[in-house]
Amino acid sequence: MSHDEHHAGESSNYLNHGKGIMSWLATLDHKRIGIMYLWTTLLFFFFGGIAALLVRYELIAPGQTIMTADQYNKAFTYHGTIMVFMVIIPLIPAALGNFFLPMQVGAKDVAFPRLNLASYYVYLAGAALATSTLFLKGVDTGWTFYTPYSIRTGTNASMVVMGAFIMGFSSIFTGLNFIVTIHKLRAPGLTWSRLPLFCWALYATSIIQVLATPVIALTTFLLFLERAMGIGIFDPALGGDPVLFQHFFWFYSHPAVYIMVLPGMGVINEIIPVFSRKPMFGYTAMALAIFGIALVSFVVWGHHMFVSNQSDLANFLFSLITMFVAVPTGVKVFGWVATMYKGRIIFKTPMLYAFAFLFVFTIGGLTGIFLATLASDVHLTHTYFVVAHFHYVMVGGTIMAFLGGMHYWWPKIWGRMYNETQAKLACLVIFLGFNVTFFPQFVLGSRGMPRRYYDYLPEFTALNRMSTYGSWMIGAGLLWVAIYMIYAIYRGEKASSNPWNAMTLEWQTTSPPHHENFTTIPKVTDGPYEFKDA
Amino acid sequence: MFFGADNAGVMKLYCEYKQMKSLLKGAWTSMFFVTEALAQTGLPPQGTEYAARFDSLYNFLIGLSAFFFAIVIIGMVVFAIKYRDRAGWKAKYIHGNTALEIFWTAIPTVLVLIVFAWGWILYKDIRTPPSDAMEIKVIGKQWLWQFQYEDGRTLVNEVYVPVGKPVKLIMTSDDVLHGFFIPNFRIKRDVVPGMHGYIWFEATKEGRHQVYCTAYCGTAHSGMLASLYALNEKDWSDFQRGKKINVEPAHIPLAFGGVAPNDSGAAPSSGGSLAEQGKKLSQTKGCVACHTEDGTTRIGPSYKGLWGSKVELADGSTVIFNEDYVTESIYEPNKKVVKGFVPSMPTFKGQVSAEEINALIAYFKSIK
Repeated sequence: MSHDEHHAGESSNYLNHGKGIMSWLATLDHKRIGIMYLWTTLLFFFFGGIAALLVRYELIAPGQTIMTADQYNKAFTYHGTIMVFMVIIPLIPAALGNFFLPMQVGAKDVAFPRLNLASYYVYLAGAALATSTLFLKGVDTGWTFYTPYSIRTGTNASMVVMGAFIMGFSSIFTGLNFIVTIHKLRAPGLTWSRLPLFCWALYATSIIQVLATPVIALTTFLLFLERAMGIGIFDPALGGDPVLFQHFFWFYSHPAVYIMVLPGMGVINEIIPVFSRKPMFGYTAMALAIFGIALVSFVVWGHHMFVSNQSDLANFLFSLITMFVAVPTGVKVFGWVATMYKGRIIFKTPMLYAFAFLFVFTIGGLTGIFLATLASDVHLTHTYFVVAHFHYVMVGGTIMAFLGGMHYWWPKIWGRMYNETQAKLACLVIFLGFNVTFFPQFVLGSRGMPRRYYDYLPEFTALNRMSTYGSWMIGAGLLWVAIYMIYAIYRGEKASSNPWNAMTLEWQTTSPPHHENFTTIPKVTDGPYEFKDA
Repeated sequence: MFFGADNAGVMKLYCEYKQMKSLLKGAWTSMFFVTEALAQTGLPPQGTEYAARFDSLYNFLIGLSAFFFAIVIIGMVVFAIKYRDRAGWKAKYIHGNTALEIFWTAIPTVLVLIVFAWGWILYKDIRTPPSDAMEIKVIGKQWLWQFQYEDGRTLVNEVYVPVGKPVKLIMTSDDVLHGFFIPNFRIKRDVVPGMHGYIWFEATKEGRHQVYCTAYCGTAHSGMLASLYALNEKDWSDFQRGKKINVEPAHIPLAFGGVAPNDSGAAPSSGGSLAEQGKKLSQTKGCVACHTEDGTTRIGPSYKGLWGSKVELADGSTVIFNEDYVTESIYEPNKKVVKGFVPSMPTFKGQVSAEEINALIAYFKSIK
């Protein structure tokens, strides 16, 4: 890739370009919007994490520990709703993607900067509406809002689903922006086959966001109408069909699983080649696999409903199609490992997170086969096995990848390095804590413990206790990360413009980048992972 | 207010804090939990012949997963060590290998198709009940299970079936979604209002099998438990003749892990004083899902200190909590609702006899 970018204007960068609070709140700079998304999603991550710790603490022993059943039901609902809609969906695309997608394609900004800023405020409005219910009766439906419970509950489900409805527009705006940016704003010479895989992943994610999000928007709106005006759509008491809601909900929410995990895969796609000093093994297959997963994700929603009383024919087809998700996923995992073959592996923190990701995501993916298989799903669904599975995919996949990406790009964002030793140790604590928390849940589930249980039979105590201890380890690890990362922003060593010797365009400008990213638009002459320093 | 912090709550947290300190002090003791946890891996006991066939598939999946996990992790670890960054070592440029890529696309495709077929074949079995299966109707309601037999009997939170005969449960819900799950039989089905779904099984293992509600249904979701008793020939013919079955663990073993559940769904008995019988009834009939005896408020008022007291009702009038009010409230629960509670209790008409009400009354009296 191009090297014609020089260290121009060390002192002038996007952080000091414009002063005062309004220079942030009204900014059209994709980097600043990315930062605003970053802090906002991290704030919600903190709230969602507190809810998770409360849930786990309640479950340290059977019976009541610190809260009543109703408070517990609200705690896990807020944990799920906040983590899914306000954290994992926007976390990588809207924070890291906003910052680095335009830079990776060699553009000055996204295609529609105003739409980008609007997406942030729409997200903020939706998130504020949904979380303000904390003080207005709360919500206890679970993040899935299954009917008819969500219609009959006396808690404030209406406001939360309207919050999700509004946040959906933010997701669509971002997706639209990314698609147009990738199509129209690529630097000269940046052909499709030279596009970094992070961009490919965000491209596939954006397509899902634009196509699937309107369905959840309509669904939540129908739910709102039913609650507000008694129109019978989902509640059988009003002549509706509760299973229809599940179809609508998962028609979005299954593709949404890939909205959550594909960007994470994209981050890992950047980290592994850079720290193996080798091109991605099977670049084309890796890019195609992303689209394979995105495509299949639209036609597998029924695998969430094998015991819902949908027809056996539907079960047959959904189980069969779901199996094909395993194929491109396998291609990706094998490709990552093969990239390391005969590479020169550099043990820096981002790479450690990539190792952690591979370990955890592989378990998450393989246990997915248990749930795609009809007979075994019948036993395992609705139990802690499912809880463990999707945490292995979403936390193990998305959050590990996010942390890897954060460590990878932190020097570029702030122009400062974090403490490498602390970062490695914290990574270890989080990785161990994660497995101590969630591995026992596979066992709990296969032994029959249902999910969303406030109380449980005494034979499940030991495993639950272990899981709670693990949650403290994750909490401590994340707190540690927060401390040294924030410290690095103010006191960290100055970072060079390209500390990892990466080839993608964001590294070919200053750290932190200046207002328009590049002094001259770079010209691309080679693929994104042609390191040549071997 | 969410997480309302009253004084009792603060005290409780303080006690928790003290407990936690002692907990951390005995860090060694946590090793005990790890060993205990490891001893509990694996599936629950096999209550049917199908469960054994299910376990073969499950174990195959475990083996398959372990194999692929080992490939990925061993590959990762070996490469990371062997090709680690060191002086004089250079990465070798490889952009891919088409043959290898086709290989690792094709092999998993074949394997997942095998797994799919295996899963479908087993699934077809649990969807195809024999035509002579005995039918029991199941109704889920917040937060209990009702079982209706062909002879007109209705049981709450306990169901009796014969060993060695196919049984079909035809299930619907009275209010929201519920889920009927018998881990020992490896079967589960959502129970949907406005729809009649079914599951079927043929128990091979005599004893008590745990039933859970698996679809989140509100406050007492985790208290919505039931016991399924698989009876031998003699007990089953007793049951059919209307005799009361002795379900003491000594007579009917627990088929689940060997630990008796602590809360609702516990084995009922005709033994003990009248008040003790009443306490057991409050568990088997599902009262405990909503009413406590220790003063904690769940969905309904706690029994604690209620007997003989004046109770304020939602409409502003008052009533004495006595024999008549208890009887009326069990049969017509929404007629006189206590102030501060929503009318949500189902009627127990035809499910609780006059003798049983007397036992419950004795129990309520005993809770000071």
